[in-house]
Amino acid sequence: MQATTELPAKSAAAGVPPSAARRVIVCSGTGCKANGSEQVYAAFTEAIAAAGLPVVTEFKHEGHEGAVRVTKSGCQGVCSQAPLVTLLPEKILYMRVTPDDVAEIVRETLGAGRVVERLLYRTPVEDKACRGPEQIPFLNRQTHVVLRDVGYLDPENLKEYISLGGYEAARKAFTAMTPEQLCAEISKSGLRGRGGGGFPTGRKWEAARVQPGPKKYVICNADEGDPGAFMNCSVMEGNPHSVIEGLMIAARAIGADEAYVYIRAEYPLAVKRMRQAVTDAENAGFLGDNVFGSGLRVHCELKEGAGAFVCGEETAMIASIEGQRGMPRPKPPFPAQSGLWGKPTIINNVETLAQVTRIIRDGADVFRRVGTATAPGTKTFSLTGHVANTGLIEVPFGTTLGEVVFNIGGGVTDDSGKVTKDCFKAVQIGGPSGGCLTKDHVNLPLDYDSLRGVGAMVGSGGLVVMNQRTCIVSIARFFMDFTQRESCGKCVLCREGTKQMLVLLDNILEGRADETTLPLLEKLAVAVQKGSLCGLGKTAPNPVLSTLRYFRAEYEAHIFAKKCPTGRCKALVKWVIDEEKCKGCTACVKVCPVNAISGEKKKPHRIDSAKCIKCGECVNTCKFAAVVQGA
Amino acid sequence: MELTQSRPPAAASGPDKFDSVCAILERYSYQPAKLIPILQAVQNEYRYLPEGVMTYVATALKVPPARVFGVATFYTYFALEPKGKHVLRLCDGTACHVKQSIPILEALRRHLGLDEKNKTTPDMLFTLDTVACLGACGLAPVLMVDDVVHSRMTPAAAVKLVDKIRTREQSAN
Ligand SMILES: Cc1cc2nc3c(=O)[nH]c(=O)nc-3n(C[C@H](O)[C@H](O)[C@H](O)COP(=O)(O)O)c2cc1C
Ligand code: SF4
Ligand code: FES
Repeated sequence: MQATTELPAKSAAAGVPPSAARRVIVCSGTGCKANGSEQVYAAFTEAIAAAGLPVVTEFKHEGHEGAVRVTKSGCQGVCSQAPLVTLLPEKILYMRVTPDDVAEIVRETLGAGRVVERLLYRTPVEDKACRGPEQIPFLNRQTHVVLRDVGYLDPENLKEYISLGGYEAARKAFTAMTPEQLCAEISKSGLRGRGGGGFPTGRKWEAARVQPGPKKYVICNADEGDPGAFMNCSVMEGNPHSVIEGLMIAARAIGADEAYVYIRAEYPLAVKRMRQAVTDAENAGFLGDNVFGSGLRVHCELKEGAGAFVCGEETAMIASIEGQRGMPRPKPPFPAQSGLWGKPTIINNVETLAQVTRIIRDGADVFRRVGTATAPGTKTFSLTGHVANTGLIEVPFGTTLGEVVFNIGGGVTDDSGKVTKDCFKAVQIGGPSGGCLTKDHVNLPLDYDSLRGVGAMVGSGGLVVMNQRTCIVSIARFFMDFTQRESCGKCVLCREGTKQMLVLLDNILEGRADETTLPLLEKLAVAVQKGSLCGLGKTAPNPVLSTLRYFRAEYEAHIFAKKCPTGRCKALVKWVIDEEKCKGCTACVKVCPVNAISGEKKKPHRIDSAKCIKCGECVNTCKFAAVVQGA
Repeated sequence: MELTQSRPPAAASGPDKFDSVCAILERYSYQPAKLIPILQAVQNEYRYLPEGVMTYVATALKVPPARVFGVATFYTYFALEPKGKHVLRLCDGTACHVKQSIPILEALRRHLGLDEKNKTTPDMLFTLDTVACLGACGLAPVLMVDDVVHSRMTPAAAVKLVDKIRTREQSAN
């Protein structure tokens, strides 16, 4: 929290208005819904009424005299402990709440003001109970700007958004600022695009602003294609109006009267909330033919994607909106000059637009107070993989990798989910275009320039933590498989080159590689980078090159010793039982799905390698580490 | 993305063969630019894109059938073959992958007798697909059954889930 005390925008809990209104906020992000938060919500409204307390689920300006307000919210952050429930004004956060817990919460906390200890967050290592967002290190070490109201606000309630200052920025943009001033303010903020490229937003807007009108377009890139990243999803689920408002401001800044939101169809809840937000903003007269009485019109339409990663690329997205196959075209001309239907168009990421809303509301100087000189402000990341606290986070640019993984993330976990010292292997950042970071980078500040320097990139913001049991070659293969499937097929080197790289990686993983494989792989990687038109092909070799840079020995073990150091590569592994260590407990016999293990009780067991399917269940089950890799 | 599990598979034959397609085309004012939303709506109706319907759409929009087929084959959302009654979508995004989604895929394939090519069971009860990230990475690995997301899956739990659906279907018949 230290870094943020002077900011008006603080963590989710600190952003809550100081009203004494009693409120139960049930998280209804995708993760919590998957764990039954809808039933928890229903249980609360019933249990509170049953306890004789008045319940309201609607928003009222004047407060709700003594009643308990039960609402839903977007992601409250600690997704690994879903479903989550926040209680105000006490600022208590309960985890893994089931409908059966609700009666107790109503009786104890709402009724008697006591905390239900067993539902509190416990720190992964010290096992210390934390009362709420202000005590939980995972939350209080973050700096929330775009996530400030996510997790508190009722995302389906426009009135509440307005009560927190919503649409003030858009009103200001349409009634009190000129397009020049808007572009200048965004340029002054130093905001860089959050969609991966990091291009200065102010410059992009200015390029489109000076184009002749009258027809121009703005597009919100909500296609979030990086597999394993869900920040944009959470922002749209938790605070959809902040994105619409940013899009309106962008439209005003370049003089556009039509806006599109191109949204990934695999996010049904985000689609639903964005659609409702657009309808509500139209009904309130914010979007339409006379925005805030300025006489200007802005209409907004939602376009659902149809499952093609390449459509995240600007020119492909434009083709897709025009009803074509989403294939990129060469730039220039840039979309700012000639985009949708040949008209000047700007495309901005969801998070970029949510930041725009805050910059226009609070001013560029406030925005610049955190972050670095070349990368001001905060960035959201989705922290996943082998880490104690998985979830959505937001930190200033320049925060170190170690702070994110160990202090916020709570440390790296083994396969059973226990935090274990020294099991940190790597972090994959930037998805299929990005690279990996290792324990040598624990003190590396996360920003555009330092990451580029070590062969990785910020990308969209997916951070996947991997433990020592993860085979790095198969991770590189995972990304190559993804990009070769998603290649649009226009460029030969992208279409065929990525396929051949995949074949080479499979050769390595399945024991067919020799001394010619790595040199060929590296040569091909450079060719694919050089011979591809768009970012997909240009960056497709990155995961391979970056893992080769830091884990070459692991590749070589597969190629020359025909061994996978982690034992995860089925073609190369042969499991045997170490007779010295085996106690004959028969645990492995019970879990083997193909009955490949035999032996008498209390005597050493044997694995029949002809039957073994190398699933590794016995390895995970043995308490004595007696199942080992054979020669 | 609507998974219409309650509706019986609409047969692309019979007197009302193109009625719903016409309604959809009407809704989008026969604009070729709306081809993608039109096909999305058609697929929600039929649960896949029957060839005859695609040709019909092309004629109605006055575009070559190749344009419609081109779009339909480009986007993974579109299915050119009928899907099973229940669609299992296993997430194989990065977060789910490192949390061992592949053993779940293998277990489900083994259990349902499917493989990479054959994604639908012969009785048309299940289709098994993979998807890259469902936005619940914090709870990886994740399996979506029709429109319900199941988190922290294991091979055994996934197989049990499938068996439960099958039993329910059998007792319903
Ligand atoms: C293959 C490919 C996929 C992309 N996917 C996304 C995406 O999912 N979301 C996104 O915002 N930008 C994506 N981008 C970047 C966009 O092309 C574009 O730079 C960005 O939306 C610009 O917005 P910003 O300046 O606000 O970041 C992708 C680029 C490429 C080449
Ligand atoms: S680089 Fe790949 S995805 Fe990009 S235009 Fe070329 S073939 Fe298509
Ligand atoms: S990677 Fe599986 S839900 Fe995101």
